[in-house]
Amino acid sequence: MTSEIFQLVLMTVVTAATPLILAAIGELVTERAGVLNLGVEGMMIMGAALAFAGAYLTGSTTLGAICGMLAGVAMAALFGLLTIGFAINQVAAGLALTIFGTGLSGLLGAGFVGLKRDRPGHVHIPGLSDLPYVGQLFFGEDIFVYIAFGLVAGAAWFLSRSRTGLALRATGDNHQSAHALGLPVRRTRFLAALFGGACAGLAGAYLTLAYTPFWSPGMTAGRGWIALALVVFASWKPWRVVLGALLFGGATMLQLHAQAASIGLPGQLLSAVPYLATIVALVLLSSGARKNATAPAALGQAFIAPR
Amino acid sequence: MRIDLEPRLNRSLALDLGAPIVALAGAILIGGIVIWLLGKSPALAFQVYFINPLLEGWSLQELAVKACPLVLIAVGLSFCYRANLWNIGAEGQFILGGVLGGWLGILTHDEAYQGVIGGWWILPTMLALGVIGGAIYALIPALLRVWLGASEILTSLMLVYVAELGLDWLVRGPFKDPDGFNFPQSVVFDDIARLPFLAEGERLHAGVLLALIVALIGAFVLARTLFGFEVRLAGEAPRAARFAGFDDRKLTLMVFAISGGLAGLAGIVEVAGQIGQLTPKISPGYGFTAIIVAFLGRLSPIGILVAALVLALTYIGGEAAQVELSLNSDMTRAFQGVLLMCVLIADTATRYRVRLNFGAAR
Amino acid sequence: MKKTSFKLALISAVAFAAATSAFAAEKLKVGFVYVGPVGDFGYSYQHDQGRIAMQKALGDKVETTFLENVPENDSDRSIEQLARSGHKLIFTTSFGYMEPTLRVAKKFPGVKFEHATGYKRAENVSTYTAKFHEGRYVIGQIAGKMTKTNTIGYVASFPIPEVVAGINAFMLGAQSVNPNVKVKIVWANTWFDPGKEADAAKALLAQGADIISQHTDSAAPLQEAEKAGKLGFGQASDQFRFAPKAQMSAIVDDWSSYYIERTKAVLNGTWKSKDTFGGMDADMVHMAPFTNMPDDVKKMAEETFAAIKAKKLNPFKCPVLDQDGKAVECKDGKALTDKQITSMNWYVKGVDDKLPK
Repeated sequence: MTSEIFQLVLMTVVTAATPLILAAIGELVTERAGVLNLGVEGMMIMGAALAFAGAYLTGSTTLGAICGMLAGVAMAALFGLLTIGFAINQVAAGLALTIFGTGLSGLLGAGFVGLKRDRPGHVHIPGLSDLPYVGQLFFGEDIFVYIAFGLVAGAAWFLSRSRTGLALRATGDNHQSAHALGLPVRRTRFLAALFGGACAGLAGAYLTLAYTPFWSPGMTAGRGWIALALVVFASWKPWRVVLGALLFGGATMLQLHAQAASIGLPGQLLSAVPYLATIVALVLLSSGARKNATAPAALGQAFIAPR
Repeated sequence: MRIDLEPRLNRSLALDLGAPIVALAGAILIGGIVIWLLGKSPALAFQVYFINPLLEGWSLQELAVKACPLVLIAVGLSFCYRANLWNIGAEGQFILGGVLGGWLGILTHDEAYQGVIGGWWILPTMLALGVIGGAIYALIPALLRVWLGASEILTSLMLVYVAELGLDWLVRGPFKDPDGFNFPQSVVFDDIARLPFLAEGERLHAGVLLALIVALIGAFVLARTLFGFEVRLAGEAPRAARFAGFDDRKLTLMVFAISGGLAGLAGIVEVAGQIGQLTPKISPGYGFTAIIVAFLGRLSPIGILVAALVLALTYIGGEAAQVELSLNSDMTRAFQGVLLMCVLIADTATRYRVRLNFGAAR
Repeated sequence: MKKTSFKLALISAVAFAAATSAFAAEKLKVGFVYVGPVGDFGYSYQHDQGRIAMQKALGDKVETTFLENVPENDSDRSIEQLARSGHKLIFTTSFGYMEPTLRVAKKFPGVKFEHATGYKRAENVSTYTAKFHEGRYVIGQIAGKMTKTNTIGYVASFPIPEVVAGINAFMLGAQSVNPNVKVKIVWANTWFDPGKEADAAKALLAQGADIISQHTDSAAPLQEAEKAGKLGFGQASDQFRFAPKAQMSAIVDDWSSYYIERTKAVLNGTWKSKDTFGGMDADMVHMAPFTNMPDDVKKMAEETFAAIKAKKLNPFKCPVLDQDGKAVECKDGKALTDKQITSMNWYVKGVDDKLPK
């Protein structure tokens, strides 16, 4: 394989993984605070629709991305109101949020179907971007890719090193003692949910602004669900999200490349490989580790302040 | 502003029944305003969406037919969720049930298999195979959890995609109708391999009765048997359950087998009932919708019965609104979301006293 | 339908609405069932364009309704909903609606049904589909001429006969002008998932394809070709606006003439159940303008298009060789029969892929 093809393949893996990383890292922080938001797909599709609308109307990719994030935040706020305000079961509220988001994005995006924008340019650093093998891969991606990795690094630092991150984890692990310590359980959870919404919205924005630069209803095609699975796969550790997303994106791209190279296996079997690979990897990772030792203990439970 | 919740000490029946009605009214108000803004008649929309489907025989049948798979799956899920185990792969178990049961339907299309002893055994065997298929598929994530500690949430979800692709491959390959011009679908099953219908040309099939029975049995087992107690205790007080000597590994396998088996039953009921053959897709997302149904029904089989009918109504009403009022499908779906959220809020109101505290900081 | 007094009371409460629907009953109501959203800008979109053109052409004689995003396996109810609400002509536009359409048709003998891409008919059920493979022959020729690497990428959806026939016609077209051409096929296993379709195109481009052809519904593969500075073709509708530098042409499904003709037939009382397999000659398949190519290639494409339209050229004229190089039985004498085309499950010589059996 020449260095050029090698880079091309790796770059497609990285770009396929980027929306998954973005959505998953947001959900990871949300879940570490003890909130399980199954509405990622709904927030993502809203982000995709409004990011495209915003970018198209203003002509600015940045403003579009902000619109997408705000759409995700608004959806997450609705989710927070339901689950943190009204203590509604998080699984049910998340599914309802996805149904609502799918419908609403179709309504709001209806006027933007069939329109097209140009992609944002890729970053190019003279010298570095021209290095063989890795130049394009590390120094020639589009800006969203760097944001995604930046967010992961930030989240990793925040959760393990900062005081607020510690408080957030305490909230997710035992909300009763966190409350007893005087931590604002509900506010922490609400803000964590909003962060998750912003990330999911940005992931949607990436799809309509950079990945396939147009809007079409239903175009997230289940990526929100994959992001949810990746959080569990990563056993709630930020850098493992990257690993999981690259693995999933890599398996997807490799099966397409395998087909293009005429391997001669049924397409359905090859398409199933990414899902099977994820299961196998999870099993390998979790065997040996104590059962579910890493899940936030209060995940999915509503907090009612005792009086 | 802050929302304060205070648990109600004694829940009243009036509130339990009244709250969902208030929720419905709230959702209708929101939907009505939007429809009014679009320049259409809210009164007509209300009638088309909520009333008409309840007035005619055919749409009542449709209601039951649509609710049937949701009830079957959700009753099974309620066992899992009560025990605090998160099977979200019912969609895949549904498909496996449909495939394994449907396989017999395809085989028996060849009359040689019906000849000697008659065909009476075919349908019950198909249903049994459906249960077995779903249960086995659900045991994969359960065993991975018990043996290796792998999260059942992820593995059960991933297996949904694998099942979908597997069905797709089967109906384009081994299960393909040899006389079907190479289109991706199996033969249409013989009548003997189909669930009996109310009457020729009617839509109500015996699966609906089955769903009703399953819900009643489910309610009895959960509320009145030792096993039901074990499930509830494992979910509500896992430490107490261990003290009581209950084996949580065995319980995990049991509830997964139950929920998978019922999802598989729903799959074969759908395939042998209204579809009558295997096609590349046999479920419009029943496995996921049933999760909502399970929670709307408060994880109780009788509640699930009601919730499934309400959800079925939103599908049928939504389509009627598309036809009669030319509202598009996104509109009806967004409304479905609003309705669900309102009902969920109402559910909170029955359990807690809700106080809005203005001016408070957190 | 017998009405209860309760229902009557409700109806009087919405007297205004009832009045409008009574007025509407004068018109012929025509219903459409779509598998995707009308905003997919591909398959369902083109059917809806046909509906709009029909409504325009027949004006106040008809009233049209559509249901979108109808899952194929759960469509009995949706189709019956249309039949019960006074629609006298119903188009069900996806293959998976075949059995449901037949079941509902049996219950409503007075309603006419039209099912797209299927093969089972009844007294009141017609079938119709278009010879999209004619368009694929034309774009195959263009691709054969324009490729520099002699490698063409093909993003396919599912191995159904329509798609397989498309690949074959494309290959025959390409081979007719370039004997050394190779076609690499990737099955995306989806009709519509822009991200995955784009990924498939990326894989093909990375493996040396310099032209991307597609049989999936979004414009994503075409856009990938444009991004890489390569060429491609639109699918189902003219997708020039998505990739003005890459789209050389597109196969455009045009259902309007068929929808107008069949609706008129119902209005005149001349409707009969039949099977329609129309191509360029019936105006059911068009080509988007030929762009991004030199004049001689454009001229060749236009001539091929004209020849197929005039029925002087048949993409599947005999002899057709299969993958092993054996001539396929020529049932019609001169070319493969429609039936052979609509049930195609083998590749022509030169296709480097295996079909799932």
